[in-house]
Amino acid sequence: MGFFNLKGTIRPLTGLKQFGKVPHTIEYPNESKEAAPRYRGFHFNEIEACIGCGNCSTICMNGAIDMISLVEVEGKKGDSGLRPRVDHGRCCWCGLCVEVCPTGSLALTKEYLYVSPDANSFLWTPGVDNPEGKEKISFYSTAESSLTDMTRVPMRELEGMERIKSFAEVVLGYEEEEARKEASRCISCGICTEVCPDHMHIPEYINAIAQADDHSAIKIIYDNNPLPEMCGKVCTRRCEDVCAVQVRGEALAIRWLKRYATERAENAEMIREIVNPEIRESNGKKVGIVGAGPSGLTAAYYLALRGYDVTVYEGRSKGGGMTMYGIPKYRLPLESLEKQIGYMERIGVKIKFNTQVGKDISFEEIYQQYDAVFLGIGFQKGWKLGVPNEEAPGVQPAVDFLVSVNDGQEVKVGKKVVVIGGGNVAIDAARVARRYGAEVSILYRRRVEDMPADWEEIEGAEDEGIHIIAQAIPKQIVVDEHGKLKGFEYIKARMEQDERGGRPRPVPIEGGETFVPADDVMVAIGQEADYSFLPEEFKKNIEISRGRIVADPVTFQTSDPKIFAGGDAVNRTADAISAIANGFNAVKGIDKFLFGKEK
Amino acid sequence: MREKTTTLYLGPQHPGITGNMMVKLSLKGDTIVKAKTEVGYLHRAFEKLLEKRNWLQCFTVMCRFCVPEPDPMENIYARAVEEIEGREVPERAKYIRTMVLELARLQSFLLWYAGQNGSAGLYTVPQWSVGDRNYILDLFEELTGGRIYHMYTWPGGVRRDLPEGFESRVLKVMDYIEKRQEDYDRMMFDNSIFQKRAQGVGIINKEKAIEWGVVGAPLRACGVKSDIRIDEPYEIYDKLDFIVPTQEGADVWARALVRRAEFKQSISIIRQIIDKMPKGEIYNKVPNPQKWTLPKGNAYVRAEAVRGEIGMFLQSDGGNKPRRVHVRGAAYVHAVSLLEDVLVGQNVSDVSFIMNSLGTCPPEIER
Repeated sequence: MGFFNLKGTIRPLTGLKQFGKVPHTIEYPNESKEAAPRYRGFHFNEIEACIGCGNCSTICMNGAIDMISLVEVEGKKGDSGLRPRVDHGRCCWCGLCVEVCPTGSLALTKEYLYVSPDANSFLWTPGVDNPEGKEKISFYSTAESSLTDMTRVPMRELEGMERIKSFAEVVLGYEEEEARKEASRCISCGICTEVCPDHMHIPEYINAIAQADDHSAIKIIYDNNPLPEMCGKVCTRRCEDVCAVQVRGEALAIRWLKRYATERAENAEMIREIVNPEIRESNGKKVGIVGAGPSGLTAAYYLALRGYDVTVYEGRSKGGGMTMYGIPKYRLPLESLEKQIGYMERIGVKIKFNTQVGKDISFEEIYQQYDAVFLGIGFQKGWKLGVPNEEAPGVQPAVDFLVSVNDGQEVKVGKKVVVIGGGNVAIDAARVARRYGAEVSILYRRRVEDMPADWEEIEGAEDEGIHIIAQAIPKQIVVDEHGKLKGFEYIKARMEQDERGGRPRPVPIEGGETFVPADDVMVAIGQEADYSFLPEEFKKNIEISRGRIVADPVTFQTSDPKIFAGGDAVNRTADAISAIANGFNAVKGIDKFLFGKEK
Repeated sequence: MREKTTTLYLGPQHPGITGNMMVKLSLKGDTIVKAKTEVGYLHRAFEKLLEKRNWLQCFTVMCRFCVPEPDPMENIYARAVEEIEGREVPERAKYIRTMVLELARLQSFLLWYAGQNGSAGLYTVPQWSVGDRNYILDLFEELTGGRIYHMYTWPGGVRRDLPEGFESRVLKVMDYIEKRQEDYDRMMFDNSIFQKRAQGVGIINKEKAIEWGVVGAPLRACGVKSDIRIDEPYEIYDKLDFIVPTQEGADVWARALVRRAEFKQSISIIRQIIDKMPKGEIYNKVPNPQKWTLPKGNAYVRAEAVRGEIGMFLQSDGGNKPRRVHVRGAAYVHAVSLLEDVLVGQNVSDVSFIMNSLGTCPPEIER
């Protein structure tokens, strides 16, 4: 290289072409540019769509999101009532909160400029403090892009036509791999816990299953539910209705996961070894329990753990109450219940079977003998339809039919069976009758989608070839001149919007009378309690309103302070898990009653 | 006559435009007799932080290892996780990832133009190259939603598919910056001031370079043909046609020429990728991040950044977060041990000039 490099001196003069122009780094014309359509700017939250699950807060590694309660939002079923508040001074704009939001309510916007000397003003509740953000949403989640796993691991079941050949259990249960996969979908928000009548520790045991720690799961489950395998098979699972994942996908199979965990304990002894409960020393108090149904057994179990001397009186030969006698064995096999009740007996619960209170032992005796009494008598008497000819032979309450079948009695089922009702009892009776080879029709007043039965049960019934006649209002039971059952007459109905905002009402169509031939008619439109065992003086002492015992909602103490009550005869929801919750809470009530405080 | 030694502290506020670190210089006149680097001003304990975050949360930390070129960092983390888990990545995602890596290289080269010239006192090129870099950042903003920290390449694929018509906009920018290369040649490589500043300055001993683990352009400028993209192809580099440019001079000038050639290679690579881009899935979805666990195992993955080879060791104990993370950054070798060696005998005015040519990146040194 020489002293003077001509080329190297002249060529850089190309820079002069920029002379007199605005600097290249400033865009010209200098207009404020809108951020890209995918820009990750400030947050926006659709307050109405958000359910306050807190998954955004959990994933945020900067601790920039906390969940706060707002005046505008009230907590309700399936909504914690909390909403995310974001500290935009800590946010790193990664957008993971958006990616994991199960409802898709949280999004990022194109807005990115905010200047303030006040550090606290960077903390705001998206959607409330920046309602205009809705117009500027840029980074959002779709069901496809979401990191929430929307698809449930399918449950293996027997084929429809295979099922009706026997009472073999229809649902086959998860294999280990399937359970782990299903459990790992849970986002641990705990919205389910709030809705569960018994407030079971759902996220905790699902987490244990996901971590392949089934024994811990069982221990956690037994913390407030002593009949979990029953619940794992037949619970009404309101938890799944509110599961955060169900907003855009399929809810966690919470019931099946509980079933999976509890089935890992194969017999009563194994349950005892795994749960290994702490049983307190005897406290000298005795409690008598009437009815070995879910509420009675739950109270008995937790009382026994607290050192009470507990005796349960059961009129029938087996424990479990309506879960034993009302639920068909293809849903809840006998061995499963016996295993769980066997475990309770092992920890010291005494159950006197075949001892009907009011017949084999008087209620006064129990009342005198024990320091406290718990009534878990259930709803066992089926309601009448209130149509002509209901007394005809062949017409019976569906619940009686189920009890006879489950009790092992010989039952005769005709060729054609009509079941009236749309709840689980109706479906159960229909599916059982189907297993006896009958052609079964279910009549229901409203539409199929209005049926209170579980959708899985309804689908199961349809798979098994049961005919559902919806929008059919019962008119009369038709008998021949000898009083023999011929069939059932109903009126076709159309649905009309309820003016008061309730669910649509069926209105009879003129001339819509239809006849269905039937050899058997089963009525499943509801049940009630049978208080005939109670002597008159107790009937006076215990307040009963509209067929239900009135009990304190917290302690489950009745108007007779020594008597506590729970289960279907007390609560309106009338399902097993509510009964268990009643029994669990009554234990605390009894503790308080006998010792002045919860021990 | 005994010459007095002067001590000069260069930094820690951005010596050049490299980031916060300090070089303590002992000078005799204008000549450096000893250089000691002092780092620690940017330490954010990334490796430790990663041990506290679950497998998904970690990926958002990765880009922060290196501000000017965050994508290779995201890439090695995603690949390490995929290797431990055995997770397949859809073909289209691999193409998109490679395109992102090459776009990141281009914008990093443009930033290097700015740094190299700015530290030589030639201020026109920085104005231009930072402005041109903006066009690439615009592309990134459109593709990923972020301009600098993209957080786009994650385990299992990429976060979002290419927007409508994105390829054509990329090609447009490629055509533009290819044309601009002529301007940079006139302003920089033909410029006798730059040549005089760069030639014979900051020479690295070839044997020492190999022994010390120097990588990237500084190694290639010593005449060693080494590039992870070719030596150990990842993503779709084995399907692309490109060469590894080398130079013999081992000085700042040679390194600049290597980078200039690589810049052209990257433009050609991006065109090839867009040409071959398949249709299909972009993401093999990971499970629910809260419950996502990786099997027990280790992975060491490498990638080529503009600064040179970067590597990541990731260890899983079967849990939901890393047990140990170690990142091997090119800048650690270049800007600490090598810099101390190269600076001896150099003029004090060349310190940040040399630092820029070595690809100094303090945030990456202090992970």
